[in-house]
Amino acid sequence: MERAGIPTALLCNLVSIAERVGAPRIVRTRGIPYPTGDPSLGKEAEKQWRRQLLERALEAVQTAVHEPTVFDAVGSNA
Amino acid sequence: MARIVHYINQFFAGVGGEEEAGAGPGLIEGAAGPGRRLAELLAPDHEVVATVWCGDDVASGLAGEIVRLVRTVEPDLVVAGPAFTSGRYGLACARVVAAAQEAGLASVASMHEDNPGLDEAGAVPVLASGEVARRMAPSLDRLAAGIRRLLDGEVLTAEDGRIGKLARRPVVADASAASRAVDIALARLGGDTTATEIPLPRFDRVTPAAPVADASAVMIALLTEGALVPGENPDGLESARATKWLRYSLDGRDALEPGGYMSVHGGFSTAWANEDPHRILPLDSARELEAEGAIGGLFGEYFVTAGNGTSVANARRFGIEWAADLRHSGARAAILTAT
Repeated sequence: MERAGIPTALLCNLVSIAERVGAPRIVRTRGIPYPTGDPSLGKEAEKQWRRQLLERALEAVQTAVHEPTVFDAVGSNA
Repeated sequence: MARIVHYINQFFAGVGGEEEAGAGPGLIEGAAGPGRRLAELLAPDHEVVATVWCGDDVASGLAGEIVRLVRTVEPDLVVAGPAFTSGRYGLACARVVAAAQEAGLASVASMHEDNPGLDEAGAVPVLASGEVARRMAPSLDRLAAGIRRLLDGEVLTAEDGRIGKLARRPVVADASAASRAVDIALARLGGDTTATEIPLPRFDRVTPAAPVADASAVMIALLTEGALVPGENPDGLESARATKWLRYSLDGRDALEPGGYMSVHGGFSTAWANEDPHRILPLDSARELEAEGAIGGLFGEYFVTAGNGTSVANARRFGIEWAADLRHSGARAAILTAT
């Protein structure tokens, strides 16, 4: 995707692997089975967390990067 | 006789399936699961004195704790796997053996060379396993043979089925560097495109795309390898080793109702995804940002595949097809969720 010119934010928990395979824009999530969620939160807090992740994703695709770069959302605890 | 501790996941330890993927670590006396066959292959010279297990969802973050548990039985060797192409399990095996080695314990792991965890084993030898658990027997044969050689003080090589990083060792070559370089140059000229003394890393470098200037002015696509499909999986997306990807409409849809969508991913518990599909595909928040103008427009479909033991060749093909499709459709950026 990136090679073809489409900046792509990869939202994932296994960040070390994403870095190793060369994904340029990585947003760190909290768990393998729920990239854009966190079942330990209440419904509203979880929605807020998801929104934060997407805001970081938008920032990532608007940022020039030269190598795998991690964009952490506030409160990321991975 | 060497004392061996065998590390496996919760599934192979017989503790449970995905419902136990967050459990552990734990210690079982003697061999368990595939370790029983391994113990047979190594008897009477060596003994599997204990099995340490941990759940797939948490193990890769608990390598230190797992190694502390391993050390309580004072082994001579730590063996992990076989993990086949299972990503979570392979990563855990790699981190456990790397941490064990760091703590001064000799270690060896077994997984398929496509396992994404492979490189994290560092300098610890990793032996090739089959692709899937059906290949358990030949994978254990190779592992047992490697363990015997390792305990005899030998260094494992490609001939033992060793994969991943190989430690460089000084040897005396039979020809000078200049003459070997000429040989390789001649091989290249003769059409051999792979001749080399220094294999390059398996993953190619990706040149990042230029950023979009303003997300509020462009169309953005939602993509996932979390295998989220509508209804009862009408197009038969595979839960593992996917050979295809699918596209589903998001037009006129602001949210993904539980029951209307489910994940068929075979690599983790889908209970959380099925309870709220937005945990895999964040349509609700994306629509919100679109309504507020932070996203110029959301692409009218999402693309989906299952990233679970998927071959690198297929994954590369999906990426090329997705990019081509999006460029053609006018989407300029993407948000890809990965499990």
